[in-house]
Parts: sequence; C-alpha cells; structure tokens
Amino acid sequence: MTSLALTRESIARVRPGPAVAAVLIALFLLLFLVVPVVQVIFVAFQDKTTGSFTLINFADFFQNDLFMRSFWNSFYVSAMSVVVASALALPLAYLTTRFEFRGAVLIQSLGIIPLIMPPFIGAVAMQLLFGRNGTVNLLLRDHFGISIPFMEGLNGVIFVQSIHYFPFILINLSASLKNIDRAMEESAQNLGCHGFRLFRRIVFPLAMPGYVAGASLVFIKVFDDLGTPLLLNVNDMLAPQAYLRISSIGIADPMGYVISVVLIVCSLLALWVSALAMKGKDYATVQRGGGGLARRRMKPLELVAAYAVVLLILVLVLAPHIGLTLLSFATIWSFSPFPDAFTMKHYGTVFLESGQYITNTLLYASLAALLDVVIGTAIAYLVLRSKLPGRQWLDYIAMAALAVPGVVLGIGYLRSFYDVPMPFTGQPLSGFWLILVFALAIRRLPYALRACTAALQQVSNSLEEAAENLGATKLRTISRVVVPLMSGGILAGFVTSFATAAVELSATIMLVHSQSDAPLAYGLYVYMQSAAGRGPGAALGVFAVVIVGLGTYLSHVIIERGRRERGQDH
Amino acid sequence: MSRTLHGVAAALAVLLASSTAAFAQDPSGKLVVVTSFPKDLTSAFQQAFQKAYPKVTLEVLNRNTNAGVKYLQETASNNGTDLFWASAPDAFEVLKGAKLLQAYKPKVEGIPEKVGAYPINDPEGMYAGFAASGYGIMWNSRYMKANELPAPKEWSDLAKPVYYDHVAISAPSRSGTTHLTIETILQGEGWEKGWRTNKEIAGNYRTITERSFGVPDGVNSGSFGIGIVIDFFALSSQASGFPVEFVYPTVTTIVPANIGIVKNAPNKAAAETFVDFILSPQGQEVLLQPAIRRLPVNPATYAKAPADYPNPFKDTSLGSQVNFDVEVSQARYNVVDALFDQLITFQLDGLKAATRAIHQADAAMAKKPNDKAKALLAEARDLVAAMPVTAQEAADPQLAGAFTVERKSATDAVPERQAQVEQKWAAFAKDNYAAARKKAEEALALAR
Repeated sequence: MTSLALTRESIARVRPGPAVAAVLIALFLLLFLVVPVVQVIFVAFQDKTTGSFTLINFADFFQNDLFMRSFWNSFYVSAMSVVVASALALPLAYLTTRFEFRGAVLIQSLGIIPLIMPPFIGAVAMQLLFGRNGTVNLLLRDHFGISIPFMEGLNGVIFVQSIHYFPFILINLSASLKNIDRAMEESAQNLGCHGFRLFRRIVFPLAMPGYVAGASLVFIKVFDDLGTPLLLNVNDMLAPQAYLRISSIGIADPMGYVISVVLIVCSLLALWVSALAMKGKDYATVQRGGGGLARRRMKPLELVAAYAVVLLILVLVLAPHIGLTLLSFATIWSFSPFPDAFTMKHYGTVFLESGQYITNTLLYASLAALLDVVIGTAIAYLVLRSKLPGRQWLDYIAMAALAVPGVVLGIGYLRSFYDVPMPFTGQPLSGFWLILVFALAIRRLPYALRACTAALQQVSNSLEEAAENLGATKLRTISRVVVPLMSGGILAGFVTSFATAAVELSATIMLVHSQSDAPLAYGLYVYMQSAAGRGPGAALGVFAVVIVGLGTYLSHVIIERGRRERGQDH
Repeated sequence: MSRTLHGVAAALAVLLASSTAAFAQDPSGKLVVVTSFPKDLTSAFQQAFQKAYPKVTLEVLNRNTNAGVKYLQETASNNGTDLFWASAPDAFEVLKGAKLLQAYKPKVEGIPEKVGAYPINDPEGMYAGFAASGYGIMWNSRYMKANELPAPKEWSDLAKPVYYDHVAISAPSRSGTTHLTIETILQGEGWEKGWRTNKEIAGNYRTITERSFGVPDGVNSGSFGIGIVIDFFALSSQASGFPVEFVYPTVTTIVPANIGIVKNAPNKAAAETFVDFILSPQGQEVLLQPAIRRLPVNPATYAKAPADYPNPFKDTSLGSQVNFDVEVSQARYNVVDALFDQLITFQLDGLKAATRAIHQADAAMAKKPNDKAKALLAEARDLVAAMPVTAQEAADPQLAGAFTVERKSATDAVPERQAQVEQKWAAFAKDNYAAARKKAEEALALAR
C-alpha cells in the first residue's frame, strides 16, 4: 500500500507530458517485445513433466559442460572482438575527426558498410578470401608454402565479428569526438598539453560516452549474434546453442529457452556495467559553437602514414564486400584464388526477379529506423532528464531486445498476433507487413537508443534551462534546442538501425507471409539455398550494400551541409 | 506400353480439367505453398503449373523444413497454407502426428508402390512422394587433385586416414536428410557396427555444418573436399558448372520427397490439382531440368531423361541393399540425433585428436609391426566406438520421453531430463576419446 501511495505521490509531481510519452512507449514495448518474448520463454521456468514453476533447468545449465564451455567461449569471443574492433575503429575515428583529411566523409561512410553484411553471403565471401582454401591462403601456400588460420574456430568468429561490428564504435566515437567543445582542447593546449597526452587525458575521456556506447553494443551484439558462428560452423557458443535447440523439430526441451534467458540477463549485465563505468561523471559541455575539435593539418610524412593506415584498415574491413563483388560477377569460383571467369548474367537475373524485394526493404527499414530514433530520443530524454519513477526500466527493457534471439521474437509474434484478425480483411494480424516493421524496429531499437543517449549525455542541461528561462515551452525547447543539438547522434542511430534492419533475417524468416511482402534478406535466403543461386544471391547482396551505403553517404552529406549552413564550422 | 497409355490418359485428363470451365472443380484463386525447396525447383514448377492453370495464383513461401513445420504448428488455429512441400519424410510424420495434414489420394496412375525399398506414399494417404532422392558422397575434383586424394566409393572409404580433415556433413539434428543417411548406415550395418563406422568417418570430419546446403556449398567453393549429401545437391551443383562429382555407395536409401495437403486448406480444390499436376508426366518432366535433377517417381518419365541419369526403377542395386524400417527409425529418431550431437558434433575436437593418434600409430605399425601396440590400438578403437546406450535402450520410450514435450499426465513416470542425459553422454564420450588418444599414443611409442 505504501509503495502504491508513494508512486501516486511521485506521479503527481511529474508533468503530464513526459508521463504520457513514457506510458505510450511502455505500452509499445510491452505489446511488441515483452508479451511476445514471455509467450516463448516461460518454458524455461516450467517443469517439463508437471508444468509447475521450477529453477531446475537453470541448475542443469550450470552443471552441463557443453553449456559452460559455450558460455566461456561466447565471453572470450565478445571480449576479443571489442579489442580488435577498437583497434580498427580508433585510428579511423581519430584521424578523420581530428585532422584535415581529404575524403573524411567518404571514409566515415565506407566505415559503416561492414555493418551491412548480408546474411549467408558475408561468410561465404570471407571463406573464399580468408578460409583455409581461400584466396589469401592459396596464394601464400603456392608462393611461400605457409597458411594462416584466420578462419579456424573461434579465431574466425572474432575476425568476422570485429570487422562486422566495429562500425558501432566508429560511428558513436566519431559522433562524440565531433561534439567535444573546442574550448576544452584549447585550454589544455594553453596549459601545455600536446600530442598523445592531449588525446589520452583530454580528448578520449571526453569522447568516452560514445566509445562506451559503441563498445558495449559490440560486446552484447557479438555475445548474442547467431549468424556468424553458425555460418562458420562454430556451435559451442551460447547463441547457436539456443538457436539449435529452439529450431530443431522434436527436441523441444527447455534448455533453449534457458539459454535465451541467460543471454538476456548477460546483456543487461553488460549494459549495467557500462552504465556504472559512466556513472558520476559529467560529459556535457556547454559551448556548442566549436563544431567539434580543431582540425589540424598534417605534415607530409604524417599524411602518408595516416593514409597508409586508413587504407590498410579499409581494405581489411571491406574484404567481405570485395569478395562479395567478385562473387557476384563470377561464373565459377571453386578452389582457386580468383573466379574462373566473369559475367554480368547474375545481375540480369536479379534485375528481372527481385525488384519487389528491394522496394519492400527500403520501405520497411526506413520506417523501422524512423520509429527507432523517435522512440530512442524519447527514452533517452525521459531517462536522463525526467524524474519519472522507474524510467530506467524503459532503457533496460528496450536494450533487452538486443539479447532476444530473432527466432524467439518471430515465434513470439506468431503466437501473440496470429489469432488476432485484422480489421476489414479478417486476415491474421501477424501477416500484415507492418508487423514486420515493428519486429525490425524492436530488434534495432537498441542501436538507436544507445546513439541517442550518448548524444544527449553531451548536451548540457543548462542550455535547456536557458531556453526555458527565456520563455520557451518544454516541447519547443526539445524540438528547437535539444533535438538539433543531438542531431549527429540521432543520425548515427538512424543509419545503424536502417542499415542493419535492411539485412535482418532471423525474425523476418518467421514472419514473411507472402512473397510480395518479403524483404531483401528473404530473397537472399531463397537464392542461397541452391548451387545456381549463389551468383544471383551475391548480386542481390551487392544491391543491398550499394543502396544502404548510398543512403548512409547521403545522410552524412546532408548533416554536414546542415552544420555548415548553421555556420558552426569555419 | 500401358504406362505410356496411362501417361497420355493422365495428360488428357489434365488438359480436360484445365480447359473445361463448365466443371465445378475448375480451380482458381490463391494457392499457398510452404516449401523448403530451392527457388530453382519451385519456380520451374510454378511456371509449368501457371501455364496449365492460369486461374490459380501460386504463392510460394520458402522456409527450411524445421521452420516450416514450426510455422504450420504455430499458425494451425487460423490456417492460411494449402500445401506443405519438402524432402524429409520425417517432417511429414511430425505434421501427421500433430494432425495437421489431410488425406488425399492422387488421381494420377502408374506410380509404383515403392522406390528402392522405401514406400513412395504414406499408407494413410496424408502425403505423397513426388520425387526420389538418394544419399551419397560428393567431392570437389580440383581439391582432390591439389591434395592428391583418391576418389571415395563407399561410406567406409571415408574412414581411411588419407581423408583426415577433408570430409564434411551436416548435423542430423539440423537436417532431415542427413538423419536418414546416419539411420541408413545404422540399419544397414547394425547399431554397434553402424556407430563404429559413423564415428570412424566422423574422426575425419573437417566440420559439421548447421544447414544441409552448407555441405554442397563448402564442397563447391572448395572449403573442404568431400561432403556427405543428398544426390540432387551434387547433381544440380554439377549442372551449374562446379567441378564436383558424386557417387552412390552400395548402402544407401532412396527416399521420396513429398507433398501433403494441410488440414483446413483454404483452397482445397486447387491444392488437389497441384498434387495431381506434379505427379503428371508434365510435372514429372520438370524434375529432369539441369538445375533440379531429382529422380521422378513416375517410371515413364525416365524415357525422356539424359543417358546417364540414375534410374532406381531399373538399376535395382540402387537403394535396395537396406530394407529401411520406418518404425525403427521413428522410435529412436530424437535419441539418434542427440547421440550424434553429444558424441560427435560437440566433441569433435576430442574425437579428431583420438583419430589422428590412431592413424599415426597405425602408420608406424605398418612399418614396424608390434603385437603389444596392436592390442593397445584395438583397445583405442573400441574406446572410440563404444556407445553409452544399446539399440534396445535407444528404442525405449522411457529414454525417448526425455526428448519430447508431450506429457500424458502428471503422474507419468518422470524420465530423466534431457539436459541430464546429454551431460552423461557427453562426459562418456569425452573420457573415452581422451583414453583412446592416450592408448594410441602409447602404441605409437612402442612401434617407433
């Protein structure tokens, strides 16, 4: 009773606007995330023979060698991937934001492309290039008699994952670096701080929110990712174990769901730890006129070195896409460093058959990403600026979506919405294409949310207070002051959500009810089930990458132009 | 002669049905098919069917077999699917068990009872076979040449030391087709010997893939040299130009790929028409296309096939060695999958290390025979081959109960939990492989 009274009292103190927004978001999350997932995972807590509540399944989990081995493997791979991804992202982010660098926008856009690794084909391309009998190893063996086990076992997973997910760090870190007040840097320089020390003591700590946001995303994503280990046939990791159990016929034991619960808990734990690391520190800077760090000109020798580093990293991270492009033009590519011959035929096939997939994907992914940044900004604002009780939970629940295996979400949606008929047509609601958009939005919300939160953390509260003191309403303050200041982060969120939603497969595959509503990832899946489909599949993958890449590049150009027009950058 | 007549009659019947709009049965509307078949196959049938029945719009939904079964189960309350169309007969058994199919007797005549030793149609008419497939060994000839490997012929060849780290398979728990391959070996050679063969081959595995198609894909690209696959994967890869070859071992089963009408199908008339269409000569011929390459169940169709096309109705050695017992297979289905996963898939490193040590000791002893080493090596081999359960235990419903969700009543005897059983098997395998490796290393030391 007392707690209820307390809540009521505290609710009375808050303004209605944020409360309404919070309730709406909570309802959305409840309906499209919590309910469907609970529909599926309650089995984890059920005794198989009696149907009563039990924790015995969790005891089984911790007593099982295979699961414990999987657990440590997942942990090791995630941690190593963060290390390798940081090594790839730091130089790119630093060089392009800190120095006058030709093609910085292009590099930033290219750096995002690895996120758009279409399912199946990415791993095929990597095997063809770096596998035991891939291009690199065949050439090495012919000329030097050695081979490098890039793709063997856990190595392969770490290699592919860090290439795939390092853009999370790159995007968030770059956004943070651009938001640092130049005055901070100048004061440090005036006090005699230069070079690496300046970076280590001033610049990097100030960019911490972005780095931590990116690194925690990489960690969680790798921890929960299913596709890469499965395609590399590494199955002693947690996510593949869960998937293998859930999706096998006949083997319907609770362990798959137990592992899902463990995944969700671990992801929340990782978030909590990253929040803890950020706690008690203030990253906001008041002055926003600087438009980020001063860009220095490099000396010629420095310039050459910098270009060499950037080029090397780009070649490495774009390797899957180089492989993909080769594959899409290849006639036959089998046990040879390069394809036997080249052809345009696959593009013709795709052009004739797959137009619908591409338009569907653009529609779904942009709607989902839009929904994500709106909800993400709202949650970030509620969590950081409002005093609503339990506001943190919106963040936690939304982030938990990261850890929900796509298959679980897909099955949950079928269970929750299949029996609900749609108004007018009477068809099952789960067959409506908008449901697919919601599924994508839920799956990608965490990316947008982290980006928006990091952006808002860097906006000082006093700017809002100033606006309100001058008589602006709350809504006006948010729309005219807060959101524009967050624009870099919001854009980063939109781009990551859009790019990754465009190639999402696991939830999609359960929810596609008709071919005419199917997105691109489904088309790829269909192609990649047959020997003759490999070329057209790769061609469709190239289409996906080009479209999403162009979208990313355009949004960068627009935001840069916006900055310049506002006269922030001279 | 009579077969051709039948064919002609069936074709005429199809023509008649499609041209006479006066018949109430003339199908129209949307026909929804859930299938695991690749686009090459489905789009070819789609084109042929829409040409014959332009009023029907065929909607093909592609899902892998397991996801397809799940999908039908989840959507049964408000079913929108007319047909389920996939390879593995077991998937159809699952659907049949869940009462998600309805019986239909195809009108097409001239389809025999059996292909090889396997019945083509479900005895209760819940699903019908439309194409046959056999299991065999596929390899990449460039890979074999570069690694100087001989071409394998039989399953037991794959256990030879020369193929160490060159073979791949998909996990039987993930692929209905692989499950049948493993089960065929078990039925052909007996439980103990069959597992011995399976594990000796497994010691040479390079990897165990998660999708059935992962194996032909890897052989095609040359990531590994040899794959255990269903014939059409190899034949269609060949037809697409990849440098691969394929052979049927003597112990193989020819199994039909099936189609079944889903219970409460929204467009039952069109569904029945489609089943009859794919069994008709016109439909069966589609199977001969180079990108599809499956064996028709209508023997008359082979007259139009290329010269070297395998014909299980003529070549009696194909698939008749093993009298495949569906009931035995069904009773231990989940147990065999779980055994393979726990003893092989998830213990592959240990198994490979033991196998390598055995191969090395064997090679050393060939040069310098040693009786004591020989005895040690035999022990090591037995340790690898040892099974935690006997054939009788594997068929025991009590054990199988640990792997199913169905619970008759709360008072039913409580079987062990699946996770417990699996942990026990995994520990058994791990210890045995480690002991086997040690024995083999001792043998090697003696023979050196």
